[in-house]
Amino acid sequence: MKNLLFLSLFFMTTSIFAQKYATRTGFLGFFSKTNMEDIKANNNNVSYVIDWATGDIQVSALQTNFKFEKALMEEHYNENYVESSKFPKATFKGKIQNVGSVNIKKDGVYKTKITGNLDIHGVSKSYTTEATFKVSGGKVIAETKFNVKCSDHNIKIEANLKNNISESMEVTAKAELTEFKK
Amino acid sequence: MIQRAFFILTLIFFQGLIAIGQTDTTDLLSILGDDDPIIYSTATFKSTRVINGQSIDNVAGGVMDFRVSHRFGTFNTGIHKLFGLDLASMRLGFEYGVTDRVMIGIGRSNVNEEVDAFTKIKLLRQVETGPKHMPISLSYFGSTVMRGTAWADPSRDNFFTSRLYFCNQLLIARKMNDQLSLQISPTHIHRNLVETSAIAHDVLAIGYGGRYKLTRRLAVNAEYFSLITKNIGAQVNNSLSLGVDLETGGHVFQLHLTNSSSMNEKGFISETTGNWNKGDIQFGFNISRVFTIKQPKGFEE
Repeated sequence: MKNLLFLSLFFMTTSIFAQKYATRTGFLGFFSKTNMEDIKANNNNVSYVIDWATGDIQVSALQTNFKFEKALMEEHYNENYVESSKFPKATFKGKIQNVGSVNIKKDGVYKTKITGNLDIHGVSKSYTTEATFKVSGGKVIAETKFNVKCSDHNIKIEANLKNNISESMEVTAKAELTEFKK
Repeated sequence: MIQRAFFILTLIFFQGLIAIGQTDTTDLLSILGDDDPIIYSTATFKSTRVINGQSIDNVAGGVMDFRVSHRFGTFNTGIHKLFGLDLASMRLGFEYGVTDRVMIGIGRSNVNEEVDAFTKIKLLRQVETGPKHMPISLSYFGSTVMRGTAWADPSRDNFFTSRLYFCNQLLIARKMNDQLSLQISPTHIHRNLVETSAIAHDVLAIGYGGRYKLTRRLAVNAEYFSLITKNIGAQVNNSLSLGVDLETGGHVFQLHLTNSSSMNEKGFISETTGNWNKGDIQFGFNISRVFTIKQPKGFEE
């Protein structure tokens, strides 16, 4: 009985001192490879928030912050493909499935699975991806890679550009998060 | 025992409340307290020119725009000049974005052996969405043209400054929606030397421009410069141009019909002699090719 009470108190305290980690300068990039052309876009101003108590992870990227090798690519990306004036942000809202296995107090590399909804171009789709969390000295480096199909988010690539722009984009997310204090 | 059980139940209940408080994270990102971003209108026009005249758009910072522009002769020259195709006035231009908001350029025209140099500066940017409001974009455009032809009367004292022409222009544009963009361009032109003392040195005009996007890569444009100053020279007409923009990757092709043969501001605004009604219509094109000189900031990982 006493044990149960103790256990109960223990869980209560952990949830009261729930820890949120965040950053505003995370990285999100995508890469398109075709025989004709490689296209790369990088965004270094992406917001990431993780709530370790619940396993919630949320990411938000401003479309106009994606930078390309050429300014014209950026213009076409915003104007023709993701329509940034209508859909300014790409967001991800998901859960770290086995969040309990990550000990943010102990340095190490933790492998997890994240499931959630990615909203691009106003179209939301569920994704599951393997992610690693590298804990070291109070910081957490989160990293994952997955593929996004343009057609899944109603992004239309003209037939004559199919040789230049890949239908499947390799998305890389990487961010160093620190404990969030108000 | 019952008391204890009750106590534990209460505990669990409160834990439950806390848990509810935490799973209610529909917008976890809101803890960052970030404002809604400002999204500016971009690509109001496909090119830095509506047709002859400047559009509100600049080349991006670090980008070089190489422009080749041609105006063939007028259609009414008939079969002897292959409806104008035997004749051509042309301008070659190198234009560069110093920043996203400041561009400079230099061009050479064969008409009157002219060299033009200009700067175009974005002063206000139309806001599409966001916490700030700005219904229009506003730019300043200023250019100097040097005429290179031999002096009309070499026997008198001729000064270098007599070769110079200046243009000041405000570009006021609004992207009405994804397809339609409109622009008004109040213009002032100063000519240091004019033919007779009866002809005005200063010319005021208002430009009207518009584009309608048909597809992602194709748009139709129209442009009209209405002269306000009357005594500016014999047979000077308002400039009217109609055209299409075709975009393919790094190229923009602008094809048009116009009654102006010059491709710098003082030329097509204050020296257009062609008359649409008389068939002085010229076919012309601008080809724009952009090169990235400096990689955009923030591209690095």
